[in-house]
Amino acid sequence: MTGEQIVFLVVALFTLASGFMVVTTRNLVHAALWLVATLFGVAVTYGLLNANFLAVVQVVVYIGAIAILFIFAVMLTRKDMRDQGPQMNRNWWVGAILAVLTFVGLFFLLQGWSGMSMLAKDIPLGFDAVTEIGNALTSPDAYVLPFEIASVLLVAALVGAVYVAFNRK
Amino acid sequence: MVPLSWYLIFAAALFSLGLFGALSRRNAVAILLGIELMLNSVNINLAAFWRYGDVLNMTGQVFAIIVFAVAAAEVSVGLALVISVYRRRNTVVADEIDMMKW
Repeated sequence: MTGEQIVFLVVALFTLASGFMVVTTRNLVHAALWLVATLFGVAVTYGLLNANFLAVVQVVVYIGAIAILFIFAVMLTRKDMRDQGPQMNRNWWVGAILAVLTFVGLFFLLQGWSGMSMLAKDIPLGFDAVTEIGNALTSPDAYVLPFEIASVLLVAALVGAVYVAFNRK
Repeated sequence: MVPLSWYLIFAAALFSLGLFGALSRRNAVAILLGIELMLNSVNINLAAFWRYGDVLNMTGQVFAIIVFAVAAAEVSVGLALVISVYRRRNTVVADEIDMMKW
């Protein structure tokens, strides 16, 4: 085992353990904090994949904005600080079976694929991923249209969220 | 070096955890937490295929950035809906939000 493999295994186990805590913890504030741990593990995974820009965006957007939004929503929708009653619905075992079947199905599907044990090629010298992303997002030959549509989507979501949650009284 | 399979199996496991959370939790906010886990696992796959495929082609990373934007939009509207429902019905349990059931 090389150092990179050990780092990957530690990060993956940490991420999956905190992901498990997200879906099983009774207290939703704790679940949101475990989500922060999971998102951080995913950010480290991006770092291992040399996707540095994605790692930074993950920390800024997901941990800085989305996780905090979750904590706010949990705090705004509580009758009291204790969580009574079951947190799982009656058919939780169906969900568990479906999740296990999805994982087993994906596992065997991937086993039969020839590109499975592919190793990463070295990144060419002088290759700057952030410059390339910037070029790809603003070049008319590449992805400027999805980029603009994403900004329109964000404005629409902003206006929609304000309208839906607005208190008219 | 880490083979591609490790990333894909890791992402599949994270996706399954998110699927379990989205299907099994009663609280609407917890369902959204499960959906976040699923979106993250998809992003790991996109970044892994970018790294193990053609590095000079940025499609994987650009797609991941678009997924970030869509996830942010989805969470903001979803949580606004949850808060609005909580204000009117005083509950966030998905089973009890059944105004459209007949």
